[in-house]
Amino acid sequence: MFNKLKVLWQNIRRLSGDDAYEQYLQHYLQHQTELAELKHADLEAADMENIALEKSEPPLSREAFFKEWQNKKWTGIKRCC
Amino acid sequence: MHKNIKTIIWLSVVILGVAAISAIALNRGESISALWFIAAAACVYAIAYRFYAAWIAATVLSIDETRATPAERLDNGRDFIPTNKWVVFGHHFAAIAGPGPLVGPTLAAQFGYLPGTLWILVGAVLGGAVQDMVTLFFSTRRNARSLGQMARDEIGPIGGAAALIGTFLIMIILIAVLGLVVVNAMKRSPWATSTIAATIPIAMIIGFYMRNFRPGRVLEASALGVILLLLAVVGGGWIDHNESLRTMFDHEGLTLAWMIIAYGFAAAVMPVWLLLAPRDYLSTFVKLGTVTLLAIAIIILQPHVHMPAFTQFTDGTGPIFGGKLFPFVFITIACGAISGFHALIASGTTPKLLSNERDIRLIGYGAMLLESFVAIMAMIAATVLEPGVFFAVNSPAGVVGKEAVDAIAKINSWGFAVTVEQMNQLAKDMGESSLFARTGGAPSLAVGMASIFGNAFGKSMLALWYHFAIMFEAIFILTTLDAGTRVGRFMLQDMLGNIWPKIGQTSWMPSVIFTSGLVVAGWGYFLYIGVIDPNGGVNILWPLFGIANQMLAAIALCVATGILVKSGKLKYAWITGLPLVWLVIITSTAAWQKIFSDDIRVGFLAAANDLATKLASGVLPPDKAAVAPHLIFNQQLDAYLTMFFVAVLWVVILDTSRVIVRYLAGKPLLPLTEVAHEPSRLVEDWVRD
Repeated sequence: MFNKLKVLWQNIRRLSGDDAYEQYLQHYLQHQTELAELKHADLEAADMENIALEKSEPPLSREAFFKEWQNKKWTGIKRCC
Repeated sequence: MHKNIKTIIWLSVVILGVAAISAIALNRGESISALWFIAAAACVYAIAYRFYAAWIAATVLSIDETRATPAERLDNGRDFIPTNKWVVFGHHFAAIAGPGPLVGPTLAAQFGYLPGTLWILVGAVLGGAVQDMVTLFFSTRRNARSLGQMARDEIGPIGGAAALIGTFLIMIILIAVLGLVVVNAMKRSPWATSTIAATIPIAMIIGFYMRNFRPGRVLEASALGVILLLLAVVGGGWIDHNESLRTMFDHEGLTLAWMIIAYGFAAAVMPVWLLLAPRDYLSTFVKLGTVTLLAIAIIILQPHVHMPAFTQFTDGTGPIFGGKLFPFVFITIACGAISGFHALIASGTTPKLLSNERDIRLIGYGAMLLESFVAIMAMIAATVLEPGVFFAVNSPAGVVGKEAVDAIAKINSWGFAVTVEQMNQLAKDMGESSLFARTGGAPSLAVGMASIFGNAFGKSMLALWYHFAIMFEAIFILTTLDAGTRVGRFMLQDMLGNIWPKIGQTSWMPSVIFTSGLVVAGWGYFLYIGVIDPNGGVNILWPLFGIANQMLAAIALCVATGILVKSGKLKYAWITGLPLVWLVIITSTAAWQKIFSDDIRVGFLAAANDLATKLASGVLPPDKAAVAPHLIFNQQLDAYLTMFFVAVLWVVILDTSRVIVRYLAGKPLLPLTEVAHEPSRLVEDWVRD
C-alpha cells in the first residue's frame, strides 16, 4: 500500500514537472559515466576533444535549468481547444 | 474457462451498451436518468478501445514493441525523454482537453440531447480517436515530426503550407470565440469579473514563487495557487456584496472585450514564466479536479435529463445558432468528437516522451476517449436544466428580445415552460443580476454544474458553485488565449522571417511587439464584432471555428490516408479514409450553406445583404444603424474566410488523391520518411537474447 502511494506520488511529481531537475541531473550523471567508459575505448583524437569539451561543462543550476525548461515547454503548440 | 469468462464479460458490456443506447435513443418520455448516458459512453469506449483500437494497432499500424522510439534514440534529458505511459497520457490529455468539448455540446443541445450525444460517441471512436492515434504513430516513426512537416514530406509542399495557414487561422478564430465566451460570462457580473481578474495576480505570484523563491517546485506552488483561486471565488462574493467595490467590476461587454484584448497583448509579450506557465499549472489542476468531481457528482446524484431527445430546432430555426441538424450538429460538437488541433499535439509534442510504441493505443486513442467523455458530461450538464431555462440563458437578445417578458413569451411560444419569476429566482440563487441572454455556453454550463454540485454536495452554496464553475472555465480559456496568441506570434514571426530575417528572431523585442500586436488585432477584431453583434456573435464565430477545426482534422486524415496507402496498406486505408470522406461532406456542406444560404441566420452573404437593405431603407433604430456597416463587412469577410477554408481543404484533398493515384499507377512518389528500425534497449526481454 505504502509503495503504491509512493509510486503514485512519484508519478504526480513526474507529471507536473516537479522532479524535472532531478531527472536532468540523473541524465547528466549517466551521460558522464558513459563518457568516462568511452575514455578507455579506442577513440580518434577529434572524439576525445569533443568529450573533453562536454565534460568541462558543469550541469545547469536548478534556476537555470528551470528557466530553460519552461521556455522550451512553451515554444510551439502545447495547448489546444 | 478463462477465455469463456472474458467472452461473457465482453458480451455483458455489449448488451449493457446496446440497452443504454436504446434507452437514450428511444426515450420520448418526460425525462431520463443521466446514468444511461454514462453507461452508454463507458460501454462504447470499452468496446472500441478493446477491439477496434487494438485491431488498428496490431494489424493496420503493425506496432512494434521492440523498436526504439525517438524518445529513446534521441534522449537528451530535456525534451526527448522516455517517460512512463501514464505520465505521457496525463501530459497528452492536459494538452488536448481545452474548452471546446465543454462549449460545443452545450450549444448543440439546442437540437435536443440525442444527436449531439450520438455524434460525440460515434465521432470519437471512429474519427477523433483514430486520427489522434495514427498521427501519433506516424510522427513517432518519423522522429516526432510535426503534422505540417509530415504533410510536406509525404504529400508535398502544398499540404504543408495548407496545414500551416489552416492552423494559424483556426487559432485566430478560436481565441476570438473563447474570448467572447469569457466576456459573456463576465458581462454585468462583478462576482465573475473580480474572480477572473484575481486569477491574473494569483498566476503571477505563483510565477515568482516558482522562479525566484523556490525554483522548480511546481507542486507546492500549484497547491498554493489552487488555494488562492478558491479564496478568489469566495472573495468575489464579498466584492459583489460591497456597493463601492462592485462598481469597479461591473462592466458592459464592450469594455470587457477591450480589457481581454489588452490582457491578451500583455500576456503574449510578457515572459512565459510570469503568467502563462503558472496559469497553465493552475488551470490543469483545476480542470482535472473539476472534471473528476463532476463525474463523481453525476454518478452519486444520477440527475435527470429534461431536454427532449429532439427539439423542433432540427429544422434550422434554433435560437442559439441557425442551421439544420445536418451538418451543423457535427460542426458544433467539433472537439468532443474529432478535433484537427489534436493532430498538432499528437505529432511533434507527445512522441518525444513515448518510451514504447505499444503505449500509442492508450495515449492516442485513450486520451481522446476521455476528452469525448468530458463532452458527454458537458452535454449532461446542459440538458439537466429545464429546456425553458436552457433557452432563456442561451438565446441572444437579438432573437428573443431584450426584455425578460418578451424573451419568456417567445420561449413559451416554442413550447418550453419557464417564467420570469423562475429566471429571477435562479439568477438570485446563482448570485447574478440576470441570466437572460448569457450566450456562449459558459453561464448555462455553470448553472448546470452548480445545480449538479449543489444537489450532490449541499444546496446552500449554489452561488459559490456557479462562480467556481465560471472560474474553472475562464481559467483554462485564458490559458488557451495566452498560449494561442503566443503560438500565433511564433508562426507569424516564422512566416515573416522569410521576407525579413530580423523579424524571425523570436527574442527581438520590436518583432515580438509587432507580431503579437498583429495576432491580437486579428482575434481582437472578431471579438469586437462578436460583442457588438446583437445576435451574440457566438452564432457566427462558433460555426466558423467548427468548420476550420474540422478542416484541419480533414488535413490530418489526408496525411494519414496518404501514408497508409504509400506504406502498401491500401486495403486498410478506410480507417482514416471513411472519417475523411464524412468530414469533407459535412465541412463542405456547412461551408456552402454558411456562404450561400438564403436564410439570413445561416448565410453570411444573405445576412450582409439583408442588413445592407435595411440600413439603406432606414428601418434600423439608430444604435443598430451605427454598428450595421461593421456587421455587414464582417459577414462578407466571414464568407470569404469560409471560402478560403474550403478551398484549402479541397486543394489538400486533390493533392492527396494525386499521390494515391500515382501510387496505384506505379509512378514515382516522394519516398516514405519513416526512420529505419533500431532495436529498443528499454525492452530487456527482447533485446538481450
